[in-house]
Amino acid sequence: MKTPSTFARRTLLKMAAAIAFTGALSVPLSANAAQAQVDSIHFLVPGGAGGGWDGTARGTGEALKKSGLVKKVSFQNLSGGGGGKAIAYLIETAEQQKNTLMVNSTPIVIRSLTGVFPQSFRDLTPVAGTIADYGALVVRNNSPYKHWNDVVADFRESPRNVKFAGGSTRGSMDHLVPAAAIKEEGFDPRSLRYIAYDAGGKAMAGLLSGEADLLSTGLGEALEMAKAGQVRILATTAPKRTPDAPNVPTLKEMGNNTVFANWRGFFGAPGMSDSKRDELAKVLGDMYDTEAWETVRSRNGWVNDYKPASEFVSFLESQEEQVGSLMRELGFLK
Amino acid sequence: MLDGILTGLGTAVMPMNLLMVFVGCFVGTFIGMLPGLGPISAIALMIPITYGLEPSSGIILMAGVYYGAIFGGSTSSILINAPGCSSTVVTAFDGYPMAQKGQAGKALALAAYASFTGGTISAIFLLVAAPALASVSLSFQSADYFALMVLGLTAVAAFSGKGQVLKALLMTVLGLMISTVGTDRSTGVERFTFGYIDLMDGISFLLLAMATFALAEVVMAVLKRDHLKEEENQTDSSQIGSMAVTKEEVKEVAPTALRSSVLGFIVGVLPGAGATIAAFLAYGMERNLAKAKEKLKFGSGSLRGLVAPEAANNASSSGSFVPLLTLGIPGSGTTAIMLGALIAYGIQPGPRMMIDNPDVFWSVIVSMYIGNIVLLILNLPLIPYISKLLMIPRTVLVPMILFFAITGVYLVSFNTFDIYMMVVFCAAAIGLRMLNFPMAPLLLGFVLGGLMENNLRRALMISDGSLSFLWERPITLVIVCITVLVLAAPVIQRLLQKKRNQSAPDTEFSAVNNEKKA
Repeated sequence: MKTPSTFARRTLLKMAAAIAFTGALSVPLSANAAQAQVDSIHFLVPGGAGGGWDGTARGTGEALKKSGLVKKVSFQNLSGGGGGKAIAYLIETAEQQKNTLMVNSTPIVIRSLTGVFPQSFRDLTPVAGTIADYGALVVRNNSPYKHWNDVVADFRESPRNVKFAGGSTRGSMDHLVPAAAIKEEGFDPRSLRYIAYDAGGKAMAGLLSGEADLLSTGLGEALEMAKAGQVRILATTAPKRTPDAPNVPTLKEMGNNTVFANWRGFFGAPGMSDSKRDELAKVLGDMYDTEAWETVRSRNGWVNDYKPASEFVSFLESQEEQVGSLMRELGFLK
Repeated sequence: MLDGILTGLGTAVMPMNLLMVFVGCFVGTFIGMLPGLGPISAIALMIPITYGLEPSSGIILMAGVYYGAIFGGSTSSILINAPGCSSTVVTAFDGYPMAQKGQAGKALALAAYASFTGGTISAIFLLVAAPALASVSLSFQSADYFALMVLGLTAVAAFSGKGQVLKALLMTVLGLMISTVGTDRSTGVERFTFGYIDLMDGISFLLLAMATFALAEVVMAVLKRDHLKEEENQTDSSQIGSMAVTKEEVKEVAPTALRSSVLGFIVGVLPGAGATIAAFLAYGMERNLAKAKEKLKFGSGSLRGLVAPEAANNASSSGSFVPLLTLGIPGSGTTAIMLGALIAYGIQPGPRMMIDNPDVFWSVIVSMYIGNIVLLILNLPLIPYISKLLMIPRTVLVPMILFFAITGVYLVSFNTFDIYMMVVFCAAAIGLRMLNFPMAPLLLGFVLGGLMENNLRRALMISDGSLSFLWERPITLVIVCITVLVLAAPVIQRLLQKKRNQSAPDTEFSAVNNEKKA
């Protein structure tokens, strides 16, 4: 009988695979730091492996580790409730989360406004905003729209003429950006036709198939799409033209005052001491000058946008106000 | 283009890249076999490794892992009724009954041949027509996707045996209902979440499939432990059986493999569908094409029912490289991760990729062809060993399946709520199975429901609420017509048969009668 031995071997193999697998997700990279500013940082990712939050946390962790700014980094994924699960977890276990940084982005503002989760950024300790992306409105190469004003003219004729596609649900960032732009032109944002797709890629397919006229997405993604050569970027919501896209006009320079930034940043547990917060914010700030960060940044096409502690908080407050008033007008909030 | 293919061949057969094909296929098959761990987990695991490689090698490795995982996923579907990944759920419908009948070896071998056929045919399609096919991916609009999903729903017939029609329909409706849980995309409103934030993102297909198949299966096995009959079955199913496939069997399944490969490839090319849908559609198509007698075999170990989804899901995974490479559009979570990896290499997938990075473009496609051969060589000799899994005593096998099924689902979301949810679904599934409700239509309704609803909502919004989108575009109209035909076929058949029976004594009269009718 060779059953037992076969079985034992297989079990061992499976176990090894399982361990290797979980290991790759959570075990810190080997230590090689000389003078680290911070001993260890534990990154909490409110979404699954492979998403945007995951990439930001792991990229930042990799840069901090390789540059020797932090001795040890570890990661933990906890998805659910659009990030609400991780927020609740961070608050509940605040005592044990002295070195934890949770990654998040604009949706934390939107989702706490709409009541997806009861908490807001005020229940956490905002440490620093690190990177930003702007909204972009994209059209097919052969689209009759050459200028934002063409869209406005068509919209004036009838709001039914213009169909905006986006890779997320109604009331999400992809919806809010065109709604804000339309509102700036003096129209009722509720008359906007927004067609929601399951993901950015599918929204892009919708635009290219001709069933939608404009696509609302992030500038980073839009630039990649434009490089592929099938679409043009009509306008961005950046305050001024960005170095990565010097030829793309901003809405602002076309007389529409919509400015909208989708940030990504890090939060600590509630009750984090000011000194700890400043220490973490400083290490994130020092990261920008390292080669390791530049590698990660350029690999992902991120735009540096450092906002430490108090600056971060006031930015969050102003964004909350901007998004809140727009969502009230769209009827998402009462 | 010939230049390109030659460049690709040159790059693909470099020792390093051949090694990557091999490693990718091996790792992919292995991870795919573990219940619940599918291509996404496998590729996410590979990403850190690919950073140190040349772009072509990295992408070849990831592609190998991708189709390797889909290839390997069928093994656990067949042997233990625990789908390795979502696209091999359908494989369990007929593969597991075969294993129970003591034909595990044959089932695994057929699955391997079918996957090979699917993979090879679509690699050839990719090679000769990838750029031209880009326009196919873009010709589909929401209305067409909606029609396609409705057509897919007709596959429910494939799951309803004698006297089971009502039960199958009920389960389909239940599946459609479960698919509405979560945030509604078109309005942003939460539905059936009962205030749980964990339900906001909806329920994942893999979770539902693992709970209703893998978990329910092992718990049923424990519940039925004392039955003597079951003991007999147990000894019976531990027989692996011969791997040999007879000439007649090859003849029977060859057309199925070809049809399903083509169908799977086309569905894969569409960014809004995917390998799981492809497998369901191929299964449904085979059932609808089968003769009345064969129809009854579906769900209880039909060879065609096994071959169709296997060929289709592999063809579809290769097909999904068309929108990824030629348009830069990812059709699934897996290809989205690969898109990110390509961009990280500084390669922009899209119409220009063939011109800017011909070596990467063509070598990936050529490597798929090589990869399919590697998979076949790798897997066929392993079948006798792998199928020994069935000889593991149940006391060991049951906890192992439980462990891997639950870990597999947990590792996707890292949310413990998912585990509770699995338990609830498993309990419900056991109750329903005891009442002889089939589980497959539930999954069919669920997997098609979400896509069907979202596409219908979009189509309605685009056409200003008018139903005219159903016939305005030729593609939609064709799909709608096929659906009507499929639904009407059995009715017409029965009417004709009735007539024939009535007029059987007097054939001359019936001929005249038919002419008059015409």
